[in-house]
Amino acid sequence: MTDQDFGTYAAALFLLIGSGFVFVGAVGLLKFNDPMTRVHAPTKVGTVGIGMLLLGSMVYSNSLGSTSIHELLIMAFLFVTAPISAHFIAKVNIHRRACETPPSPPRDETWSTLNSPEADQKNENLKVGQS
Amino acid sequence: MTEAADIMNIAIAIAFVTLVLGQILSMVRLVLGPTSGDRILALDTMVINALGLVVVLGISQGVQIYFEVSLLIAMLGFVSTVALARFILRGDIIE
Repeated sequence: MTDQDFGTYAAALFLLIGSGFVFVGAVGLLKFNDPMTRVHAPTKVGTVGIGMLLLGSMVYSNSLGSTSIHELLIMAFLFVTAPISAHFIAKVNIHRRACETPPSPPRDETWSTLNSPEADQKNENLKVGQS
Repeated sequence: MTEAADIMNIAIAIAFVTLVLGQILSMVRLVLGPTSGDRILALDTMVINALGLVVVLGISQGVQIYFEVSLLIAMLGFVSTVALARFILRGDIIE
């Protein structure tokens, strides 16, 4: 088996693993029955699934002779941003009370997601006072 | 056509089919989605699946141009997800 054949086989394997993760994530997004649980599955699509596809692309172009490592940039970007967007979606779920919200904190009245900061409250009061 | 190239073509076809299936399944969730969090999540997944489709298209054609396209899609998808979530959280995108 030549090096090029080995690279092609490895790229095909990476592609299959990546598409498996993509499919599992999509099925999880459709089948889970709680909004907070549904956040869990598609984050795997973003990191592992697309990561494996990009790895397959890198290995394949390497085996064809034109090495490219640009894909690492997309991979790094996705790995950084996937947790942030998942966190924002979880905050939306808590804000809309779509999930079972945690018990109220001992001192404050509500969670900070549901509260508007004091500076904004002052501005709103000013606006109300002026009008 | 060698055996390795045959297997690569089959793998590319399987990747295309699964990505399109994932796109359809998340579109079903986008239509059904009882809460707005689910809809944002389904849109995010659809953007990521489109990114995967562009990457697999680049592999199947053996071209490097699609790298810029996928990077742009990744950035736009992240910004739009954060903007949608921010709009629901605060009633405004840039305060």
